[in-house]
Amino acid sequence: MAASVADDAQGSASAEPNHGLRIFLIWLPIAVAADLLLYFVYGPHMPPGQMTNSAASQQFDIKVMSVLAAPVVAFVLVGIGYSLIVWRHREGDDDDGPPIFGHARIQATWITVTAVIVLFLASFGTYELAWPGFAGAGAGEGPAPIWTPKGGAPIQVQVIGQQWRWTYRYPQFGGFETTALEIPANVPVQFNVTSLDVIHSFWAYQLGVKADANPGVNNVAYTTAKQLGKFVVRCDELCGLWHGAMVNYGEVVTLSAFKAWAAKTNVQLAAITKDLPPYSTVYDPTVIPQINKAMVKAGIAGANGYYYPPNDPVQP
Amino acid sequence: MSLPARVVTLLVAFLAVAAGAAFIVEHYFLGGPPTVDYSAGVTADTGATVHVVLQEDPQNTVSTHPDWVSYFIQNPTTHAWIHTTLFKVPAGSKIDMTIYGYDGCTPLRNPYFGRVTGTIGGVEYVDGKPVKSLNSWSGCNVGHTFSIPGINLNVPMATPSNPNANLCSTSPCTSGPHKTVTFSFMTPRTNGTYFWQCRVPCGGGFIDGFGGPMQTIGFMTGNMEVVS
Repeated sequence: MAASVADDAQGSASAEPNHGLRIFLIWLPIAVAADLLLYFVYGPHMPPGQMTNSAASQQFDIKVMSVLAAPVVAFVLVGIGYSLIVWRHREGDDDDGPPIFGHARIQATWITVTAVIVLFLASFGTYELAWPGFAGAGAGEGPAPIWTPKGGAPIQVQVIGQQWRWTYRYPQFGGFETTALEIPANVPVQFNVTSLDVIHSFWAYQLGVKADANPGVNNVAYTTAKQLGKFVVRCDELCGLWHGAMVNYGEVVTLSAFKAWAAKTNVQLAAITKDLPPYSTVYDPTVIPQINKAMVKAGIAGANGYYYPPNDPVQP
Repeated sequence: MSLPARVVTLLVAFLAVAAGAAFIVEHYFLGGPPTVDYSAGVTADTGATVHVVLQEDPQNTVSTHPDWVSYFIQNPTTHAWIHTTLFKVPAGSKIDMTIYGYDGCTPLRNPYFGRVTGTIGGVEYVDGKPVKSLNSWSGCNVGHTFSIPGINLNVPMATPSNPNANLCSTSPCTSGPHKTVTFSFMTPRTNGTYFWQCRVPCGGGFIDGFGGPMQTIGFMTGNMEVVS
């Protein structure tokens, strides 16, 4: 009797189709089709676009990650679908499934494939950050950037966050400050991002630039615009009541148009520029020698005429 | 647990949840300061002139935060001062704004906002004298600002000439040293809600002066609703 059962079991096992091969054959065209569609059809429209080299680099990164992820997702979905159809419960079949023990080939394949993917992504990501053409991939690199762009001295644009508006200073063009953000195309731009109050985050989406704005810190980010046009700037760090409204628009123009705009704006804003503090990568507005001198002269004591100190108590 | 006990427990739980929901609706959605309507009887998009009147006070004695600085808005019909920062104006209209500045000086965090922008002629009038900017770092001359970023409007509020004078201590202020600031601007031609704010860190008692009245509608920030 026992021998008969064993024979039946062997007979059914030998009749079992090669599920692995079948799953592979179903998965392969789906994975290839998904990758082709992702890379060539949807890829060019993936965020954040191709307005700058850093944006294009980010888009390429997302395309690469999508192409790597799609086959994995397809494999999981095909496996689920195959299981639901082939290994579904059938009427009268109430037996437990066969006990499964270690399968060295599958384990080795799984470990190897995932290790290769992870190591490739680590190398790829490091290269994308370090390559001078991308120079930090549009991210804030802190006050002493490791990755800097090639191609000459960049245009300096200081980004100043304050509740709830961005202002921009152009130290190479007279140091004027304005609420309008213009940058030239095909020239490296260095954003020096800081804040006068709480933490903000300068996020120029289409430029592929995002850098936190911290008071007392100069956070440097680079990009080089490749396309003309407008872009949106948002604050990406919850910064108070009107954080959601801390939005404005910038524009990429030709170098000649940028220089003309900067020269004209410098003249237009000359009166207020002389009231600004000298250009600096960071500002501490709680230290204003002029105002203290004026207050002492006026004989004013106490809070009137002074800033409230950083540690002003009565916190909620 | 017996059936009556379970019913009572369920009822109590339901009432607690309902009370919580009612509190949230009342407190956060239906509560808050009133809106002063300057649009009544004015046809939008005709360039009609509307006169809006505000005052900023060194404190307010009409709320649960008497030590917070605050704006008030005048009701155009009764001329009563309303403790609110919400007002409604017609679209495509000329706003003649008068703001009485009763508060003392505090320097701007960013002196760039000492510049008048967005007004007709790029100018404000301080006690009738045209001014294009105020340097709050060189003297005691700016108390607050009235700024609507959405239309690039920024007007620094001048302070009383004598910084040692006793400021008004009862709100809304009707007497005491003050400056009268006037300016005009055009409202957008389309409906919308535009937040406005003060750019002077005037939230005494909060870190760097950025909390309290600076972050609370009804005190130093609010909305201008444009309607047609």
